[in-house]
Amino acid sequence: MSRRAALLLAAPPIVFLAVFFAWPVASILAAGLFPNGQLDVRGLVATWTQPWALRTVAFTLALAIGSTLLTLAAGMPAAWVFARFEFRGRRLLRALSIVPFVLPTVVVGAAFLALLGPRSPVNAALAGLLGPSAPVLRLDGTIWAVLLANVFYNVAVVLRLVGGLWSHLDPRTEEAARMLGASPWRAFREVTWPLLRPAVMSAASIVFLFTVTSFGIVLVLGGPGQSTLEVEIYRQTAVLLDLPAAAALSVLQIGGIFTLLLLYARSQERLAVEGALRPAAEMARPPRTRRERLAVGGTLLGLGLLIGLPLLVLVERSFAGIGGYSLDAYRSLFSVSARSALFVPPARAIADSLVFATATLLIAGCLGLLAALVIGYRRGWLPRTFDAVVMLPLGTSAVTIGFGFIIALDQPPLDLRTSVLLIPIAHALIALPFVVRAVAPVIRAIDPRLREAAAVLGASPSRVWRAIDGPIVARAALVGAGFAFAVSLGEFGATLFIARPDTPTVPVAIYRLLNLPGGTNFSQAMAMSTILMVMTAASVLLIERFRGSGPQPF
Amino acid sequence: MGVLELSGVGVRYGAREALSGIDLVVPEGQVLSLLGPSGGGKTSLLRVIAGLEPASAGTLRFDGRELTDVPPHERGFGLMFQDYALFPHLDVAGNVGFGLRMAAWPAHRVRARVAEMLELVGLPGAEARSVGRLSGGEQQRVALARALAPSPRLLMLDEPMGSLDRALRERLPLELRGIFERLGITVVYVTHDQEEAFSVADRTVILRGGRVEADGTPEMLWGQPPTEFVARFLGFRNVAPGVWQEAGIDTPWGRLSMADPRGTAEPAGDDAAASVTTEGRIELTVVLRPEALSVAAGGPISGMVTARRFRGDHVLITVAVADAPDLELELRGAPLPAVGDAVSLAVDPRGVILIPG
Repeated sequence: MSRRAALLLAAPPIVFLAVFFAWPVASILAAGLFPNGQLDVRGLVATWTQPWALRTVAFTLALAIGSTLLTLAAGMPAAWVFARFEFRGRRLLRALSIVPFVLPTVVVGAAFLALLGPRSPVNAALAGLLGPSAPVLRLDGTIWAVLLANVFYNVAVVLRLVGGLWSHLDPRTEEAARMLGASPWRAFREVTWPLLRPAVMSAASIVFLFTVTSFGIVLVLGGPGQSTLEVEIYRQTAVLLDLPAAAALSVLQIGGIFTLLLLYARSQERLAVEGALRPAAEMARPPRTRRERLAVGGTLLGLGLLIGLPLLVLVERSFAGIGGYSLDAYRSLFSVSARSALFVPPARAIADSLVFATATLLIAGCLGLLAALVIGYRRGWLPRTFDAVVMLPLGTSAVTIGFGFIIALDQPPLDLRTSVLLIPIAHALIALPFVVRAVAPVIRAIDPRLREAAAVLGASPSRVWRAIDGPIVARAALVGAGFAFAVSLGEFGATLFIARPDTPTVPVAIYRLLNLPGGTNFSQAMAMSTILMVMTAASVLLIERFRGSGPQPF
Repeated sequence: MGVLELSGVGVRYGAREALSGIDLVVPEGQVLSLLGPSGGGKTSLLRVIAGLEPASAGTLRFDGRELTDVPPHERGFGLMFQDYALFPHLDVAGNVGFGLRMAAWPAHRVRARVAEMLELVGLPGAEARSVGRLSGGEQQRVALARALAPSPRLLMLDEPMGSLDRALRERLPLELRGIFERLGITVVYVTHDQEEAFSVADRTVILRGGRVEADGTPEMLWGQPPTEFVARFLGFRNVAPGVWQEAGIDTPWGRLSMADPRGTAEPAGDDAAASVTTEGRIELTVVLRPEALSVAAGGPISGMVTARRFRGDHVLITVAVADAPDLELELRGAPLPAVGDAVSLAVDPRGVILIPG
């Protein structure tokens, strides 16, 4: 690929990122740092030092730290079991354990509301057992519900990263330590832990980053006074209409996350330990002793409860009516009731969401493919920098993007406030890194000897590309487009800022339904969540089938 | 002391029996090699002795003490793993001194012992090197030093030459042998390579399908393989069924005149008589050592040369014999028959091995 071709290919994604990412983020920074056209941070500092702002920051950090520690505590034993033991259903369980990670945050919030809220079947069971004086379990609105949901959501990160490395660590290094006189715990501490530490640290950093920006879950499950920075930015913008305060918090948020990402990149360079990796297939064996069987069984049961219970209760609640199970909630999605939170039948939101997701797929698919071609085929610092720039939206919170759209794209020459295009554009921005990560590594991984073999067999350069690279790139692009579709279906944070009242997406509709009292709204929210869960799961399953065994983006 | 006793040891993985009915006594200071094809149960046996694998049957004792409930880290055995399993996050000194630190040795004694061990294995001064940068042979030496440093009561080695190149594989067994002798340690040495097993060990046990197939000194096993499997495993290729009767043996290659195998030297084993089917008729497995065959006009076996392979000090000739397995013979010096030549072969009776049954 020539330099000129690379520039031509890179131009559309660069323009897109400049207009829809750099410009909104710059607008936020400008609003915060240059309130009157001149650098003036007094307003920022004044906002930051308000007691409510300090409380918000403290709560955000405490929640993220607590969630990270709990997620590690839940994920490490499961990672060990999946890495070291072979048992029936292992592959299936491993695949299922990733499900929470791909679910939209709103669905996770709704599922835990169903499990821990006043309408929980647990309460129905308690009342059935103990009569009307039975205690009522209510964890919604408490920090415990948020923590649990964060663990549910992020445990897959630990499973993938730590379990992934663990399954490649040679168990014989640990056995060698045993033979040299180390007790099982000592062998873990002296040998396995030092080798595992980089993966644990990077899993912890990623979980921390995810939970420090957690928005949907806190918004749905958190109680009064439990506000993360993200939630507060939304509240200041949409409820209190205090845009300068929102901008001040956004500046803090952008700066904080940028610092975190830098620290993360630095730590990754330092931590890498070489060697001792082996194919995972050789490592796992069936549990042999009673103690091992107990450990494996107990861990799997715990993981199954954590992941399975909320989702089962969600589905159960969507069918539960007054007089037993029915499809009433699903039927009611097609009509607008007087007390509904929405101006349109909820089913409209499903159709709209599918349209938005398709548009996102097209925009992010095309732009991502162009970017990935440049990043995959060109070498040097310029494509590397381009790669890092394309990844930026991934590290930026959805709320920042939504807020940035609101304050940047509301005046000529770009007044898109009322355009429905805004939603797929925002979604495409968020999905772009996923598409690039799905395609670029695949291109880089193509064995150059394949091309040489084709050339030696008489294929011209263009023929070589069509025969060798073409099918591989097309397949990876389909996978990337699938990711874009799934991301769009579940996106909540940015959409909440920019969705018009008459065109809510499914997550936004669910949030509005959950916010209103009444059994019908609740049942409809459960039904919509179930539908969204099925749609997301279906698209992810489809992606997995296409993906095969290439390099994984995560 | 240092006597390892196994009686009736078995290991199962689900329905598969990896080992069964292993009875074995290894006296103090003996170097025992466990030899056999992969899947024969060698590594399983080693892991059971180490305590890394529970035995599903039988008992293990060391110096008379029952080992079943002793966890691996309290057995005081050394194990050198296949591919060495060095700790990648520690340097050479950290690896070699690991067992000493587990035994809570003070730091200055650990340092002295590490230096001594590195001297012993021929890597003096390598303490600060990273294990990732060692060559295969150096890794093997570090692994050996690591296993030897805590003065184990029993040393086990699992395919220690597995990934080394040919030159090292020929030199290192002798060095190992020297180290074992100097330390007077009891050793169990697992390998699939018979040359390696014979050059290192006082005694060789051959495992097949999880059972002991043969047990003896290298000289005994080489001189008189007890079963057809052992003969083939040791690399003999001129193997065929035969029948002894009337001062000779009928083989697929023709009749070879021989003394009564129950008489003079051949074959060992008291059960030779059990194979007598009718008066004076014994069914046997016949093995012709390649050096027992020579090209001689008028020899009793005739065939055609189908392949000629140059092997340095000799040439390996393959001869096709009608209605019989191909024969291989080693020829030293000219004249060499060409491929396609018809040849007659003579057999030196001293190079014929008879295996009963």
